Amino acid sequence: MVTDYLEGALSRGQRKRLDAHLAGCEHCSEYLAQMRATIALTGRLRSEDFTPEMREEFGDIYRRWRAEED
Amino acid sequence: MNEEDEELVARMRAGDEEAFVSLVARHHASMLRLANSFVSSRAVAEEVVQDTWMGVLRGLDGFAGRSSFKTWLLRILVNRARTTGMRERRSVAIGDAAPAVDASRFDASGAWSSPPQHWVEDSDDRLLAQSLAQRIEQGLAQLPERQREVVTMRDVDGLSSREVCEVLDISEANQRVLLHRGRSHLRQALEDAVSP
Repeated sequence: MVTDYLEGALSRGQRKRLDAHLAGCEHCSEYLAQMRATIALTGRLRSEDFTPEMREEFGDIYRRWRAEED
Repeated sequence: MNEEDEELVARMRAGDEEAFVSLVARHHASMLRLANSFVSSRAVAEEVVQDTWMGVLRGLDGFAGRSSFKTWLLRILVNRARTTGMRERRSVAIGDAAPAVDASRFDASGAWSSPPQHWVEDSDDRLLAQSLAQRIEQGLAQLPERQREVVTMRDVDGLSSREVCEVLDISEANQRVLLHRGRSHLRQALEDAVSP
């Protein structure tokens, strides 16, 4: 239900009922806030670096492909 | 972003190695992480990524532009990753059927008897955020594969729900269920970390 809410997949009626519930229920509001925070934290996971070595490897792959093509 | 991909593809078709490498670099992080969803080791994930790009180069003529380049690319990756690896689980995976929040936390009338412990504001604190990030990585590794795939693509990589459905060949409803279960496990893992 919470994910449907965040995804905009609830009907208007369902969303209104959920909003009304959230307005009065601190625990569920907390739960929703935690889901949002979880999503935000997940989105900030460290990115992989693309190293010069990798650049070389992929350059090789490309050149070999070009050689195949000709 | 989409237009740039197509532009790089056009240039790389015409013999521009820099364009190819730029394209690879742009998608590297998300491809590596997604490949890692399916296979057990980082080294194998890197091989899967390389194989994928080789497949992309050879299959370029087959890219008719019906989907975005990114979804086409990730579909190839997912297919290769799946055929490459049975992922060995280092720890017990949580079953797909577990409820999002343990039933024992609610009383007979449906109200919270054991409400969620507060941790949201604290998550801005840098040290805590680092340890929470570790917890999320662990949590992700423990998810059932299909949940991990969806959460990785949606929440780590920021793909849209439509793109994820295209890449994984699943329905929107199915995707939402997997997303919800995966996120719920992660939320629980964070709650456990903050309030022992």
